[in-house]
Amino acid sequence: MSKKLFISGDEAVAIGTKLSRPNVISAYPITPQTVTVERLSEMVESGELKAEYMHVESEHSAMSAAMGVSAVGARAFTATSSQGLLYMAEGLHYASGGRYPIVMMNANRSLALPWSIYGDQRDSLSLLDSGWIQVYVEDAQEALDMIIQAYKIAENKDVLTPFMVNLDGFVLTHTYELVEIPEQEKVDKFLPPFQTPNKMSFEEPKNMAFSTTPADNLEYKYQQNRAMLNSIDVINDVDKEFGDKFDRYYGGMVQEYRCDDADVVIFTLGSITGTVRMIVDKLRDEGKKVGLLKIRYMRPFPEKEIIKLAGKVKAIGVVEKDISFGYEGTVYTNVNSALSKLDNAPLSLDFLCGMGGRDVSKSDIYNMFISLFKAVNGEKQKRVQFINMGVETDE
Amino acid sequence: MNNTDIKRITPKNITDKEFFYGHKACAGCGGSLAVRLALKVLGERTFAVLPAGCMSAVGFIYPQMAFVNNAIISTFPGAASMASGISVGARALGLKDYKTVVFAGDGGTADIGIQALSGAIDRNEDIIYVCYDNEAYMNTGIQKSGLTPYGTKTTTTPAGKNIHGAQTFKKNLFEIMAAHEIAYAATASVGYPQDYIDKINKAKHTKGTSFIHVYATCPTGWGIPTEIAIQIAKEAVDSGLFYLAEYQNRNFKLNKNPKSFFPVKDYLLKQSRFKHLTDNDIKIIEQQRDEKWEYMRKHWN
Repeated sequence: MSKKLFISGDEAVAIGTKLSRPNVISAYPITPQTVTVERLSEMVESGELKAEYMHVESEHSAMSAAMGVSAVGARAFTATSSQGLLYMAEGLHYASGGRYPIVMMNANRSLALPWSIYGDQRDSLSLLDSGWIQVYVEDAQEALDMIIQAYKIAENKDVLTPFMVNLDGFVLTHTYELVEIPEQEKVDKFLPPFQTPNKMSFEEPKNMAFSTTPADNLEYKYQQNRAMLNSIDVINDVDKEFGDKFDRYYGGMVQEYRCDDADVVIFTLGSITGTVRMIVDKLRDEGKKVGLLKIRYMRPFPEKEIIKLAGKVKAIGVVEKDISFGYEGTVYTNVNSALSKLDNAPLSLDFLCGMGGRDVSKSDIYNMFISLFKAVNGEKQKRVQFINMGVETDE
Repeated sequence: MNNTDIKRITPKNITDKEFFYGHKACAGCGGSLAVRLALKVLGERTFAVLPAGCMSAVGFIYPQMAFVNNAIISTFPGAASMASGISVGARALGLKDYKTVVFAGDGGTADIGIQALSGAIDRNEDIIYVCYDNEAYMNTGIQKSGLTPYGTKTTTTPAGKNIHGAQTFKKNLFEIMAAHEIAYAATASVGYPQDYIDKINKAKHTKGTSFIHVYATCPTGWGIPTEIAIQIAKEAVDSGLFYLAEYQNRNFKLNKNPKSFFPVKDYLLKQSRFKHLTDNDIKIIEQQRDEKWEYMRKHWN
């Protein structure tokens, strides 16, 4: 029988990792990831988790060691956040190019300067191009479930691509909720031990992670891109298989909420989804045709799903805890790239909020919908809006 | 295992098998010799990890792979941590009877890789770390590293009227490693191959982390004819500018303690990287050498 525990997001990740039976955990502490690695080290100590725990001296080494682990065909786990994620940035590209299906938890946190330990999504979004699959979860249950799914997707022979599970720092990592813990036996059936042809062994010695000349390099990058695109079908299949076994379906690439017949839809990433869902319900009660699209995966990007939905709506708002300085939010850029493939694309607005941990309230979300409705009615709205700024600007 | 129990590997019984060939290293390369000899000692059940540097640049150009055994390029700073991951990962899978060795240059070890290396020694990972020291960033075109000796002309320490090449002395790498109370550390030179082979063999039979700092000639970067590559590597030791030593169980040991030194000037001026040195520069180098030897003779053995 599965049981329910009242745990934090960090603890949910640790339990999801334990259930996935990694061979080696290499990690370096950083707030707000720490509880995850503390719990994992306790599980190793107690014998509950039969894995080696490597106390590496940095995030760069955490990733480097994880690649070594994966290169001999063992299952690797690591976890980080923010500055730590950037410190291992070299390793992120290296791991995806080497096709090492490492799974990593990233606690989304702001980037210095100014220093901030609080949440936003600038860390992982600034590494969209590193070749990692990126999923953003909404709650602790999804965090736990996605660690298990992550291994299944990443280790698929048509994918062999590392996988980053992102959860909002503090809002998810340090808040508690009831989480259903899948049974180990069922997880074992769902996720068999790691098997890969992409490893060094004494039966079949290999020279790995080699150099290419301009004559070969592009073909490797093409294959890497193919693998990432292949993961779309695998993500959807794994979501279904997981749902069939554990009774929780997440929708694969995206999750729609009350989007049928909606005129105005807000796109979200991560924990803000819950707040938006409440406001959608409230507006629906008021008779407004609104919906929510939770973008689950930023890479691969749910282009097809967005195009399908966008063809039916009048306006899209993107809520994101991110900015690409000198332009707009990165999620917005990606969404608009998908919209550009439509003949008659709906209008779109970008709501930048929650940076450095700033609160995003229900009324903020409500006002975003109002802004979108105004835009639909021809009232001019700023395309990129900073939500909850503490000062007036003359823009 | 007691060191005396180790079966000695000599020119008479060393394997004819080659594990590193078909690479594109320069003629007379000391680094490639260090890799070749080490792998003959360590054997085929070895994972080799090479960070960015000469040996990874010449050994892994797709599709011409130069290692017979398993080998992998790591990130530049991440050789020791990747080797750690391999060693631990293989153990976690239940593999037995294997070795994990790093071959990294002086820059990859003493500069950019020292953090990961320090971490690996701290964890006492079961790895052997070989630093082939050719005294500059040779792969990128002879730039100064933390192990470039005083007075060396490199492409980033030009020898001009105002500054005569590198103004710093070699980082004290061997003692930095020993300060970790590492399981085994040694210095060696490709000019003394039997000594080097013995030390690799000792590292092979050491549980925990071993570190071997091997002085490795670079004819291209040093400006010497290839045929004196080995002679120069001997003279570096004979002149006292490099030394052969070991560290184990908190003890330092000098393996070679010459009564008199080969003339420093004769060693230096054969190499175009030192041709500009004045008598005063050479005096500074000798003085530094003498201070070092006074210290070693007093405190080691």
